Amino acid sequence: MIRVELPQHLQTLARVGREIEVSVVGPVTLGAVLDAVESSYPVLQGTIRDHVSKKRRPFLRFFACQDDLSLERPDLLLPDAVARGTEPFLIVGAIAGG
Amino acid sequence: MSSVRVLVGTRKGAFILTSDGTRQKWEVSGPHFAGWEIYHLKGSPADPDRLYASQTSGWFGQVMQRSNDGGATWAPVDNKFAYEGTPGTHQWYDGTPHPWEFKRVWHLEPSLSDPDTVYAGVEDAALFRTTDGGTSWHELSGLRNHGSGAKWQPGAGGLGLHTILLDPTNAARMYIAISAAGAFRTDDGGTTWTPINRGLKSQYIPDPDAEVGHCVHRIAMHPSRPDTLFMQKHWDVMRTDDAGGQWTEVSGNLPTDFGFPIEVHAHEPETIYVVPITSDSHHFPPEGKLRVYRSRTGGNDWEPLTVGLPQQDCYVNVLRDAMAVDSLDSCGVYFGTTGGQVYASANGGDTWAPIVRDLPAVLSVEVQTLP
Repeated sequence: MIRVELPQHLQTLARVGREIEVSVVGPVTLGAVLDAVESSYPVLQGTIRDHVSKKRRPFLRFFACQDDLSLERPDLLLPDAVARGTEPFLIVGAIAGG
Repeated sequence: MSSVRVLVGTRKGAFILTSDGTRQKWEVSGPHFAGWEIYHLKGSPADPDRLYASQTSGWFGQVMQRSNDGGATWAPVDNKFAYEGTPGTHQWYDGTPHPWEFKRVWHLEPSLSDPDTVYAGVEDAALFRTTDGGTSWHELSGLRNHGSGAKWQPGAGGLGLHTILLDPTNAARMYIAISAAGAFRTDDGGTTWTPINRGLKSQYIPDPDAEVGHCVHRIAMHPSRPDTLFMQKHWDVMRTDDAGGQWTEVSGNLPTDFGFPIEVHAHEPETIYVVPITSDSHHFPPEGKLRVYRSRTGGNDWEPLTVGLPQQDCYVNVLRDAMAVDSLDSCGVYFGTTGGQVYASANGGDTWAPIVRDLPAVLSVEVQTLP
């Protein structure tokens, strides 16, 4: 299982704790994990990526194993530690707004 | 005994205020959706316990919420607002073409007869509708595509569709208004649209009499006279008596005719309310005095209503969707401020009192009169 940490407002919206687990069939890519999150928790559709363009919302960032993956392509393979479930994939609300 | 439910959207959540028909003591519940901007929430006239709310965030985008029990509990519904077909472009602030991009829902208008049907006015300006209680939303694209859409330009607050008025005598007729495109009418249920801006004059646009491009802030209608509309424009208070065919100015003796909300008394179709704001540069009341102005003559002759409102050092604003009336025998009038107060008058505006203070900045106020 892939571990994913959510920011507080998305935890509230999805009625879950800080960390959720999702399963990915096939290569564990950035896009596949986001697809799995949205599939498991439909209420999060549109809140992390735009519904239509699938672009990351500007004030959200993606991290894994100390690396900022926010600007990476959806087909980026995530680190083995994330694929094995020993490290979480982090969805973080950017520190912005003054 | 009748009761009143006031639905308040703020920068940091929704609040629901309830009182019996005396409107003296209020209970406050909230914040609902704490931390999110609630642009608007509104109840169905056909089923008052059915509420819809627009929940938005600069971080997380748009969420739509529905309640079936008067706001005690809520559940998210569909939040996908996809423009019909290839969206094309409108004008950006500098006049260059800019792609249509959905940003948020500004205003919700439930059907007068069907709790599952709701209209949503969105930014970038478009009109959407659900007929299944929010399970899915579909654009009424005839509005954007009627011909002038490519010329629409955002106001300072964005290109938002902020007003939706449903004609209670004609289910096929509806009015909408957009900042800063103007007002539009459909007579066929939203398939085709006509700009209704004749008579508006806006000195800040290249052609002051243009068919579109006017920064309409709000339109109001009394249900017994659906051909008569009242408008608070960027500057100027206007009225039309032929469904938008021609507008005439009724600013009269107002201290300033800049403002945002406008509302009509529940039982007196010629009694209207505005909140004058100093100017487009100074979004606060003139002289630091918060005054509602009432006209009992459909405009031109205005009287200040001040009893119970702060008359010194007051520098709040009242936004376009933040005024409403109830329909009790003595009409109640309500408005919320960017300072977080919601003021109410149980006597048509003669006297006022805050029914809640120190909320986050108020974005919208709606009122339900319950049996």
